[in-house]
Amino acid sequence: MTADNTTLDASAPRLEVDTLLDDPHTRIVVCCGSGGVGKTTTAAALGVRAAERGRRVVVLTIDPARRLAQSMGISELDNVPRQVKGVDESAGGELHAMMLDMKRTFDEIVEGHADADRARAILENPFYQSLSAGFAGTQEYMAMEKLGQLRANDEWDLIIVDTPPSRSALDFLDAPKRLGSFLDGKFIRVLMAPAKVGGRAGMKFLNVGMSMMTGTLSKLMGGQLLRDVQTFVAAMDTMFGGFRTRADATYRLLQAPGTAFLVVAAPERDALREAAYFVERLAAEQMPLAGLVLNRVHGSGASQLSAERALAAAEALTDQRAEDTHADAGTDAGDDTDAPAAARAENNLETGGIVDLDGGKAGSRTAGGPSPAAAEHVTPTSASAAQLAAGLLRLHAERMQVLARERRTRDRFTALHPEVPVAQVAALPGDVHDLAGLRAIGDRLALNLTETDDTDTDD
Amino acid sequence: MSRLHVVSGKGGTGKTTVAAALALALATEGRRTLLVEVEGRQGIAQLFETEALPYEERKIAVAPASDSGRRAGGEVHALAIDAERALLDYLQMFYKLGSAGRALKKLGAIDFATTIAPGLRDVLLTGKACEAVRRKDKNGRFVYDAVVMDAPPTGRITRFLNVNDEVAGLAKIGPIHNQAQAVMRVLKSPETAVHLVTLLEEMPVQETADGVEELRAAGIPVGGIVINMTRPALLDNGDLDIAARGARTGVAKALSQAGLGGARRGGLADRLIDPLLEQAREHAERVELERAEHAELTAIGLPTYELELLPEGVDLAGLYHLARDLRKQGPI
Repeated sequence: MTADNTTLDASAPRLEVDTLLDDPHTRIVVCCGSGGVGKTTTAAALGVRAAERGRRVVVLTIDPARRLAQSMGISELDNVPRQVKGVDESAGGELHAMMLDMKRTFDEIVEGHADADRARAILENPFYQSLSAGFAGTQEYMAMEKLGQLRANDEWDLIIVDTPPSRSALDFLDAPKRLGSFLDGKFIRVLMAPAKVGGRAGMKFLNVGMSMMTGTLSKLMGGQLLRDVQTFVAAMDTMFGGFRTRADATYRLLQAPGTAFLVVAAPERDALREAAYFVERLAAEQMPLAGLVLNRVHGSGASQLSAERALAAAEALTDQRAEDTHADAGTDAGDDTDAPAAARAENNLETGGIVDLDGGKAGSRTAGGPSPAAAEHVTPTSASAAQLAAGLLRLHAERMQVLARERRTRDRFTALHPEVPVAQVAALPGDVHDLAGLRAIGDRLALNLTETDDTDTDD
Repeated sequence: MSRLHVVSGKGGTGKTTVAAALALALATEGRRTLLVEVEGRQGIAQLFETEALPYEERKIAVAPASDSGRRAGGEVHALAIDAERALLDYLQMFYKLGSAGRALKKLGAIDFATTIAPGLRDVLLTGKACEAVRRKDKNGRFVYDAVVMDAPPTGRITRFLNVNDEVAGLAKIGPIHNQAQAVMRVLKSPETAVHLVTLLEEMPVQETADGVEELRAAGIPVGGIVINMTRPALLDNGDLDIAARGARTGVAKALSQAGLGGARRGGLADRLIDPLLEQAREHAERVELERAEHAELTAIGLPTYELELLPEGVDLAGLYHLARDLRKQGPI
């Protein structure tokens, strides 16, 4: 589709959101991207849309804004999906939503994999308590763990996951692996050695290097912390196999055909740079990428009017007013302000019969009086209308500049990754925090405005 | 006056840019500032248009003189802190663990410490920044007049800074305990100020308010609020009222007069009016929203600083512009 495309512009294939959501083979949608690009909102909007199109959906969010969570009825953190009310279920779908409670998720793993005594020992261990309360990687690991659980339940036919606001957007891919490699590592054996074999007899099995190591560790961490860690590791010992298996299973689940990754970004340099990085990383990990969701894209219903012309026209109006004021005050209009720029620009406009046609000579007109054509219309044009028109034109120029900038940034991404389908979501003036707002976002996602479209399609 | 400036903010609010502008702004009259990055993104290098920063303090910019030219500029140095290297340095510095350090690394202990062990990573990152704050030269003067940290986002900042308390509780004795406590003493002293960057949008403002509350509850000093990417109000509701009261014909005539086509029904100027008015309505809605958010921020009762949106994005020139803007708004 893009093979013979020489321009970068608009060469990206369209991401058909509805096709993706309607496909019964799509079982997991993962929304990822850097912070502040609307990931959570996108995940929620996709959930509402998929449910209203007939699917049984659960949305797993990590850290939703308070009002968004309230609007979905998941303001309580109880780690269980809750049905969202107010969703149109006439197509046979349902929407459930839950907010991840990482400590609860971790506790549940422990409780499910260790006998009661051992589980209590782990849950009471100070080292475990800190680990589970959410330090580096825990949130990412637990999000993936919860995803695995939801998928295993097979209660929903579509799971939509929002990823944690990581220090790098990729952390959630690495966390399970990192935990796995730690659990397989030598270090854990060193840590476990004293607790496991115990006493002096056991020390014989350790070589000198290792005992020096535990000595060093004890010196660094303090004896009590080392003991806590050792007790924790020993108590977790029987669960490690399980952890490892689950981390691997989750990772494979993410690569499976029923999974679709959506990279979410805003049309800004940093967000799109992160998105490009993400696209490359997903490819390297053989994770199935469905496309890029580009949020908060601006459009204009008057895109035929360029920023330059709008500004020139606004200036012309302002100058005209200044001249009128001069004239009223009886001063001589001695300066050479006029509307030449605007006049010159009009040649390729449909004329409508009333415009000044001597645009080419406009610059040579003597200063002072308005051109005859303009004079006809100056009289009925009130000052306030002219001022308002100038304001509207300046605003439009600003909008067109935003559009151009967004387009450049997007084209840079498209040039690097022409294969990635893109869905552009028109910007809303305000924030979204109710189902109606999510529905509107869903509509815009599916509509996927291309650059020739107008934005104000929903009014 | 604070010497450790921690800059946080919701994702997407431009905290790296603000941190960099602040480091430039603070580097006046021969002062030297250190800008540190803790999240391994190389955002600073991108902003200053240089190659990726190594784990090494190096001069990255010469700060501008004052507008009048009477006050000379200073220097900005930068450092991307890498937790693993920081841990190895730290072991080397305090315990001369040269080979043992390498052995620990081989075993995966360093990896464990910097990625999985609760909070150690954060202890190392904040620890390194605090070390730079306290470092003195041979003459007993501080090496850096100020240290600016591009910190994790608001949602994690309190936990990030307060992690030392938690670690000190976990490791009740020993060097880790001592180090954690020493870092906490700096972070909770008036030497530190946490600044939160926000936009005039609902979610970032809400996060800012929550963040200030959390930081205060943790006893960490909060500095100011930086409102980033402000845009001028080009039109207000008054103008829209005029439009609503049927100035349509007048506006069409004005547009036509400015050379934008026919004002008649269906003429080019006439056809521009609806989309232009729609844009104006959206603009007015946004201005209204921004006013409300601004009022919320003011109600927090902290000093606020405003930085305007640079329409062409932030390049090096833009960064200096923002630094000058910050300076004009008084001490931060």
